[in-house]
Amino acid sequence: MPTKVDYKALMDLPDERGHFGPYGGCFASETLMSALQDLSELYEKLWRTPEFQREFDYDLAHYVGRPSPLYHAERLTKQVGGAQIYLKREDLNHTGAHKVNNTIGQALLAKHMGKPRIIAETGAGQHGVASATVAARLGLECVVYMGSEDIRRQALNVYRMKLLGAEVVAVDSGTKTLKDALNEAMRDWVTNVDNTFYIIGTAAGPHPYPKLVRDFQSIIGREAREQCQEMTGRLPDALVACVGGGSNAIGLFYPFIADEKVEIYGVEAGGYGIETGQHAAPLCDGRPGVLHGNRTYLMEDDSGQIAATHSVSAGLDYPGVGPEHAWLKDCGRANYVAINDDEALNAFRTLTRIEGIMPALESSHAIAYAMKLAATMSPDQNIVVNLSGRGDKDIHTVAEIDGIGI
Amino acid sequence: MSRIQNCLQQLKDQGRKALIPYITAGDPQPGVTVALMHELVKSGADIIELGVPFSDPMADGPVIQLACERALIYGTRLVDVLDMVSEFRSQDDQTPVVLMGYLNPVEALGYERFMTLAQKAGVDGVLTVDLPPEEGLEFCAELKKHNMDAIFLIAPTSSDQRMKQICESSSGYVYYVSVKGVTGSAALDVDAVDERVKAIRQITDLPVGVGFGIRDNESAAAVSRVADGVIVGSVLVNKIAELADSPAEIPQQVAAIIKGMRQAMDA
Ligand SMILES: Cc1ncc(COP(=O)(O)O)c(C=O)c1O
Repeated sequence: MPTKVDYKALMDLPDERGHFGPYGGCFASETLMSALQDLSELYEKLWRTPEFQREFDYDLAHYVGRPSPLYHAERLTKQVGGAQIYLKREDLNHTGAHKVNNTIGQALLAKHMGKPRIIAETGAGQHGVASATVAARLGLECVVYMGSEDIRRQALNVYRMKLLGAEVVAVDSGTKTLKDALNEAMRDWVTNVDNTFYIIGTAAGPHPYPKLVRDFQSIIGREAREQCQEMTGRLPDALVACVGGGSNAIGLFYPFIADEKVEIYGVEAGGYGIETGQHAAPLCDGRPGVLHGNRTYLMEDDSGQIAATHSVSAGLDYPGVGPEHAWLKDCGRANYVAINDDEALNAFRTLTRIEGIMPALESSHAIAYAMKLAATMSPDQNIVVNLSGRGDKDIHTVAEIDGIGI
Repeated sequence: MSRIQNCLQQLKDQGRKALIPYITAGDPQPGVTVALMHELVKSGADIIELGVPFSDPMADGPVIQLACERALIYGTRLVDVLDMVSEFRSQDDQTPVVLMGYLNPVEALGYERFMTLAQKAGVDGVLTVDLPPEEGLEFCAELKKHNMDAIFLIAPTSSDQRMKQICESSSGYVYYVSVKGVTGSAALDVDAVDERVKAIRQITDLPVGVGFGIRDNESAAAVSRVADGVIVGSVLVNKIAELADSPAEIPQQVAAIIKGMRQAMDA
């Protein structure tokens, strides 16, 4: 564990081989190594060019609908009785979540590489939808891998992807959820690496994915920083975001990493409760290992087999986490906490009823923690919560829990 | 000279090629593995690649994925695989054994502890599919310290520069993956393999084993004409799957496949 860390230096990570301290890196099978190196080189070359930035910004403005608003949730604030709660409205993006920021960016890379086919893995289906959407727009073939358990949970998004022209492949191996979808997408990529671009949906995977996903998602934090200063005259006191693989969270956090006074909270899925072992909270209750191309915190058994996870939200139901979060945790820059299924469902209902905003179950974890945190703070303090997606896709799940068939 | 180097040198002196079967340890039951290893040796196997079961075998096709799942039902852990190697060694101190698997079980055990236990068990080489040489400096150094060979994959997509780097980190032999894809995928193209193996030989004096896509006696014989070793996995594992309910028959019937390949290669 590092003793004294220069927060500003954290922003220069990863190093050129993708390491965030001992985490990250590129642990991929040899067949993919050249493709990953090519991608890394192309990305480093393109990302900072004005042309690429202009293309990216144009799409974010005119296709995604950015900037997304920062909304002062006054009724929620009042009910909680503490710090002011501001919601970064990624739910208002085209396709309904933050995921599209990243797929727009990666699709631009695919276009520059001349790849006619894209593949993606998805848990909640939001990344699959966002990938199918950019594929439709660019006329690319699109195949989305999804665990069969998640296909059941997220039927609406499955049909959305099909309407958009994507092929959705059910993955029946392992736990039939996000991690297995990722395995299967990797297998596809190894086989079709010549003509295929793999759009990874979160800030994990082998280098350069954690870096480029973070860079594409950082638009969230850059906007929030400006908006918060405009609305409150200063930076927020705390940031809160849910953490599945960690893309919406790192997108919000990254531009604030050097701002020491801003407290950072990542919220993992506590499932039935950390103490039950049935959760998806590797940073709260896991240990470092190697999976899906990077070294990071994992949920695993004593012998290094990856553990089955549980969360009511498919998008958080993943045994690993992006390597940058692992390092932010060890450095003490960010705090990682867990919210259980029940608490998240409660937050889902609360926000819907008193603000008229229906959050995704993933985002509901962040809302639930922000409510707890706000209650311990004073009314002259401000919290920015990343409302990473909208909850339409989860209505079936909630109805099922309520015992209502729709 | 390591057991692997010794074995491959002897074969070379005899003008023969190495036949290297892959099986997943503990598949379909832990009790089968050691008996099967001995039977494979009797039927003409020169080196045995022993798969360490992993919950998320990303580089493997459905055949070996299912083998991992079967082995994990009985909870076959890395330390159990090492026990199997020890047991095998008590009757065979000649045939090299290479562990093949993924990094995470090794990480969980700890490099130090793994190296010590593996050496003591009589493991000769380790191939970790998701550990490229640039991430494996410490790992390779530890292997060397414990007199085990570091075996790496070379793929059809590897650049010349990468091939060099891989060969510099390797010892024992290098493993050329003959097709773009996962284990058990499409059949290989012998001419293309020949060309790549020649390119590898420009870079290194290490023996070159070729695996992925070798299905029958003909493909085994064809590959043996262009490479130093023939690595066979999915066909054997498929046979094991077929016989999962009558495990007593596994050693004989699986070894029969190896026997046929041996004859075809030596003919
Ligand atoms: C709305 C929403 N929020 C959060 C997540 C979790 O992913 P990440 O941690 O990468 O933001 C998902 C994933 O599907 C999602 O759909």
